[in-house]
Amino acid sequence: MEATSQYKRLLPPMRGLARDFYGYCKQHELRFQKCSSCGAWRHVPREMCPDCGSFDYEWAKSAGKGKVFSWSTTSQPMLPQFADAVPYAIVIVELDEGVRMATWVVDVPPDQLRIGLPVEVQFDDVTEEVTLPKFRLRKQA
Amino acid sequence: MHPLKDKACVVGVGETAYTRGTDRSQLNQILHATMAALDDAGLKPHDIDGMVLPMPMPTVEHLAANLGIPDLRYSASSNIGGAAPVAAVQTAAMAVALGIANNVLIPVGWNAYSGAGVRGAGRSGPVGLPPSFGLTMSEYYMPYGLAVPAQWFAWLATRYIQEFQVPIEGPAAVALAARKHAQLNDKAYMRGRPLTMEDYRNARMIAQPFRLFDCCLETDGACAVIISSAERAKDLKQRPVYIAGTAEGHPLPADDIPGRKDFFKIGLFYAAPKAFEMAEVGVRDLDFVQIYDCFTHIVLLELEALGVCKLGEAWQFVQNGRIELGGELPFNTHGGLLSEAHVAGVNHIAEATRQLRGQCGERQVKDAEVGVVTGFGDFGDGSLVVLRR
Ligand SMILES: [Zn+2]
Repeated sequence: MEATSQYKRLLPPMRGLARDFYGYCKQHELRFQKCSSCGAWRHVPREMCPDCGSFDYEWAKSAGKGKVFSWSTTSQPMLPQFADAVPYAIVIVELDEGVRMATWVVDVPPDQLRIGLPVEVQFDDVTEEVTLPKFRLRKQA
Repeated sequence: MHPLKDKACVVGVGETAYTRGTDRSQLNQILHATMAALDDAGLKPHDIDGMVLPMPMPTVEHLAANLGIPDLRYSASSNIGGAAPVAAVQTAAMAVALGIANNVLIPVGWNAYSGAGVRGAGRSGPVGLPPSFGLTMSEYYMPYGLAVPAQWFAWLATRYIQEFQVPIEGPAAVALAARKHAQLNDKAYMRGRPLTMEDYRNARMIAQPFRLFDCCLETDGACAVIISSAERAKDLKQRPVYIAGTAEGHPLPADDIPGRKDFFKIGLFYAAPKAFEMAEVGVRDLDFVQIYDCFTHIVLLELEALGVCKLGEAWQFVQNGRIELGGELPFNTHGGLLSEAHVAGVNHIAEATRQLRGQCGERQVKDAEVGVVTGFGDFGDGSLVVLRR
């Protein structure tokens, strides 16, 4: 974890549905929208269900378990705020509930990543206001 | 027959020099390219009465005021990144075919090397991102350090390489063909700078799997094309190049890459069959393709979206000189974004037009009658135009 007062990296703007999503993360809960009409899970958060058109949803709790789907390894500094992290991989994790999200896998170096690696969520309280969901390797049951 | 088929033409193309380093402003570059395109068409600035802008700046108001256009009857914009210029051709074709405007200008120019273009994203963080995907990025990608195209398309390329067992020779063949073609093009920034397989392999990683020469150039310059009705085109300076078919398409969802159920289905997969059907042309009829080549792996995926080969098989197709001049399907005969210049693919429309007029000199595709130009942008939006002489 970073020292919270010195965190210099980019933070998500806390507005609209992003405020809701990261609000649950602050409570160390990974929740995604789940359509109240057709039951479909979704991420990134949206006003409407793209599957059935319903405006009604709940923030359903994810078990936080998933697998590595793909990743992008940043080999040269692209953003000055992340220059100290190079090389780092922005990983797409597919949760068991079916949704996919961009994140980091904290304990696997980029060249050790493999499609299908089992991972589970952990929470990084990067500032007093913001908590980012990240993942770690999960021992397969 | 489709009502838009062959009803509009590309009548003028022009560009500035493509450089790294310039004293000209973005607006000045665009105006110079516009004057070159007007001269090519045999038109004057006051003949322009429509504009479709693929980039947010400068505005139609700025351009019209500088050009002294007395009656700008139609203006529109297309905010889908690198897919916008070719999508703009579709919009312009509709406008001239319906008589809403007579001569529509589509310009792109930027100082992507010297100014705050592609490279600026790396120095100071992205500025002025279009809202279409800027929201998703700032809320869900940027907190993890992802903000530039090389990073988000590496998501696609990483999985693509593994799922289809694509060897380094696949993307390499794309980079080497583009550079080879640039050696035959006076305007290409990379003319006189040949590339070998060894250079390609040894180049530094940018965003894995993209090495330096998998990535498009950053250059300063502008390029413009002018679209008029087929009726008017007959009386202009150049042999008309007909817009036989055109379409636009978007991945699902267009504003988020990780969330796609069909991960590799870029917009061009939706658009290509529509444009070929409109043109009454099959992929086997093509004499060349000018493909939006932001990254070499994306070119492979676009060839598959066009139907040149099946998903995952383009790396085999591009071997043995098949996409080089003299091969089965020459690709980016000017050098493309990889080796000519990055003007968002307006240069691809210009090159296709010149090929169909027979003006390409030593890089001319013999007896070229029909070709395709693709656009690709933002998170995978797509567009294409089938052009014929
Ligand atoms: Zn629903």
